[in-house]
Amino acid sequence: MTASTQRRERTAASTRSTQESPFVKWTLIGVAMLFAGVFLLLPLLNVFVQAFSAGWAGYWGALTDEDTFSAIKLTLIIAAISVPLNVVFGLAASWCIAKFDFRGKAMLLTFIDLPFAISPVVSGLMIVLLFGAQGYAGEWLQAHDIKIIFALPGMVIATIFVTFPFVARELIPVMQATGSDQEQAALTLGASGWQTFWHVTLPSVKTGLLYGIILCNARAMGEFGAVSVVSGHITGLTDTIPLRVEKLYHEFNPAAPFAVASLLAVLALVTLALKTFLEWREHRRLELAPPPENLPPPA
Amino acid sequence: MSIELKNVSKKFGGVSAVHEVSFSVNDGELVALLGPSGCGKTTVLRMISGLELPTGGDLFVRGVRVNDIPVQQRNIGFVFQSYALFKNMTVFKNIAFGLKIKKWKQADIAARVAELLTLLGLEGFENRYPHQLSGGQRQRVAIARALAPKPSVLLLDEPFGAVDAKIRQELREWLVHLHHDLKVTTLFVTHDQEEAMEVSNRIVIFSRGHLEQVGTPREVYEQPVNEFVARFIGVMNVLELEVRGGIARAHELEFPNHGLPDGQRLRIGFRPYAVQISTNLKTFRYQAVLRHTYFLGVLLRLELELPSGLTVRARMTKEEFAHLGLSDGQSVSMQIRQYRVLAHEGEVLRPEVATTYDIPVNLGEGI
Amino acid sequence: MADKKFNPLPGFGLTLGFTLFYLSVIVLIPIAALFLKSFSLSWREFLDLATNARALAAYKLTFGASAIAALANAVFGTLLAWVLVRYDFPGRRFIDALVDFPFALPTAVAGLTLASLFAENGWLGQFLVPYGIKGAFTPLGVVLALTFVGMPFVVRTLQPVLENFDRGVEEAAATLGAGRWRTFLRIIAPTLLPTIITGFALAFARAIGEYGSIVFISGNMPFQTEIAPTLIVMRLESYDYTGAMALAIVLMLFSFVLLAAINWLENWAGKFTKQ
Repeated sequence: MTASTQRRERTAASTRSTQESPFVKWTLIGVAMLFAGVFLLLPLLNVFVQAFSAGWAGYWGALTDEDTFSAIKLTLIIAAISVPLNVVFGLAASWCIAKFDFRGKAMLLTFIDLPFAISPVVSGLMIVLLFGAQGYAGEWLQAHDIKIIFALPGMVIATIFVTFPFVARELIPVMQATGSDQEQAALTLGASGWQTFWHVTLPSVKTGLLYGIILCNARAMGEFGAVSVVSGHITGLTDTIPLRVEKLYHEFNPAAPFAVASLLAVLALVTLALKTFLEWREHRRLELAPPPENLPPPA
Repeated sequence: MSIELKNVSKKFGGVSAVHEVSFSVNDGELVALLGPSGCGKTTVLRMISGLELPTGGDLFVRGVRVNDIPVQQRNIGFVFQSYALFKNMTVFKNIAFGLKIKKWKQADIAARVAELLTLLGLEGFENRYPHQLSGGQRQRVAIARALAPKPSVLLLDEPFGAVDAKIRQELREWLVHLHHDLKVTTLFVTHDQEEAMEVSNRIVIFSRGHLEQVGTPREVYEQPVNEFVARFIGVMNVLELEVRGGIARAHELEFPNHGLPDGQRLRIGFRPYAVQISTNLKTFRYQAVLRHTYFLGVLLRLELELPSGLTVRARMTKEEFAHLGLSDGQSVSMQIRQYRVLAHEGEVLRPEVATTYDIPVNLGEGI
Repeated sequence: MADKKFNPLPGFGLTLGFTLFYLSVIVLIPIAALFLKSFSLSWREFLDLATNARALAAYKLTFGASAIAALANAVFGTLLAWVLVRYDFPGRRFIDALVDFPFALPTAVAGLTLASLFAENGWLGQFLVPYGIKGAFTPLGVVLALTFVGMPFVVRTLQPVLENFDRGVEEAAATLGAGRWRTFLRIIAPTLLPTIITGFALAFARAIGEYGSIVFISGNMPFQTEIAPTLIVMRLESYDYTGAMALAIVLMLFSFVLLAAINWLENWAGKFTKQ
């Protein structure tokens, strides 16, 4: 976190012998910015320019379309179910992993990372193989008239799978770093396990938790591959926003898919902004807190 | 009796961290647990608090066996080495935490916290967060938090470890005054013998999970029971002597044989203050050269080298040094006034309760 | 009572129990289901399904394009990380924040906007297509999309290492007479290389499984621009579950090997960058 301040001090202090010539420096910056421009900035701007290529009316029309509206609703429902579940899991997993020692911890950590390593399409396929008509639970589900595949439950399960590690992965290192001293202090003061968790642990990992929730939510709302496999693409029923974008794209309507996609781009920007804000706040809290000597005398 | 340990042991896996330790702390005492790092002293403190469970023996707090009482119900104030302040809470909320847990009334909490803020000189800081406090202030908040629920005993783990040397001195005096005012039974862990000597009523000395000695600072300094304590508390010259011709000898130094036959060995120790020095080479029995002088403030430490190459550490005040007009490289005569037998040898060296022996000055001419 | 691993904090059984339960239900059982189902195939059937010509073409494109994209990220990502850490210039903080954009942007949107950028009438396509550089509906488009989705990996892996890099070492090299270029090649590059390789492997692993963005930019033509995940979806849509499964097994085994390699690489790189 101190890196940026350190960097400036070092840059100021370092001699020319450890710096590149201005020509080399600005060439490197130029090439890097070209790369960042083509792969970061242009794609972002393009979404919005294309979205408004049919004018405000076209944009508004695409967004207020009935099927688009139901896609937005479905996306929100899926995120509202899967994110809280992964938060509960993340808290439980980080508590036992960060605060306790037990055999097989490294293996557990690897398992938690697994969903990141698996292609979303394969994740979707696995859920189809479990709950689909051909799947292990298929007959039983059909007999009891429970629809999972090509319906909301399947899409929720697919979303939980692909967003599974986000919260846990953010929380585990934070909880490990804060150690157990504060919790032990709470215990010596008579606090029960729950009281300790609510009043001491949770507030101290708040930022990490928010961070995890934001990333988990972004992925949950934006997931394409896994959800696509299990959704069945029923317009107005099992289309999420990303699936709706694809459908509009295949309808060869030039502006409409971008208009809907702009919602997701805004989601991405909000996610980035929140993430940057959280980092900035944490940075300020940790590093820029006034050194105790310089504090004004107590009131 | 506030705290009593009876044969308390702790094993981590197969490793014995604390081995059959027994001692007790009286009501209102201020006791130091002293030892080098990794000697098990912190483990003892944590077992008393309930943060660690003993693998053997019995623990009593105010006469009640607490082995099976969980940490929450032991009513113990624990001050962590890292202070472990709740980072997300203000000073006020930190101190009030234990009272809230005990479901005190809001008004009572406010009164108790205000009382502690005054007692610890923290008035005006109640709305600060821990990161807005200096090291010394944080420590006082940690102590206030531990004291708030009126614990039966106060336990401090390396209370001065995390602050710099200058503040540490102030904090020591402050702890003594606080203890004097509150009279709460206090047990603290330290690796700094000077700190333990200065602050505590009694010292419990550990090494490698074993209890070595319990005593007042004066007792452990003047009557160390063995070589470990002797070396750990203050500076001690330690010699291994062999009895030859009825006299115990090491290099040119000669001591009484303490009834041991020839060929047997014993270990003795003597403090630097027991070494007498004269610039007159005839005054004392042994000849030596002053090699180095270390200025320690009021006192000076002298390194004397005997003709055989043996180095002996001595000590004197600045005034004595000036009076004698000593300088490095000078030849002097010296004499050991008092020593302590630390171990005898039968077949092997075996520790026994050490005894102090005085050597009359006139023995300088020979034993 | 005398547990050698006594910990005064409560809740271990509850949280570990819930963690294992949730992990099993959400992750382990579905993975097991895939492997169990695949056992219904004979070895021959599996080989036929997993290695027919269309599948082989799909692997070739998937692995080839992923490798090229990861390599591009290794080169340009290193450059970007270097520039962001070492230099101060207008817009640095903005670009730094924007590096995470590919993580935050749903891949469908990435594919959509990249396809439109490189299309014949797109912002970039209008200049590139006349020179025969077609970014949309070609294998090149696949590479472009995979470069986009994998971009943050190298930059974000390398940044902390560069920030903690001991400038004293560079100064020492300078006092010993080494020029800047020599210092970079002999001192800086060897220290950073393990981390760059780790970032490369992460970007590569991410690219192998990518689907959302490719759907939009590649055109999904069999034998030409069809990647393995797309082929899985194609087979699923024609109710060829066994065919989809065989491909999925190949992809997943490859992912596991990569995951193990990345774990090993991270340890290895850690040794180089520890001060």
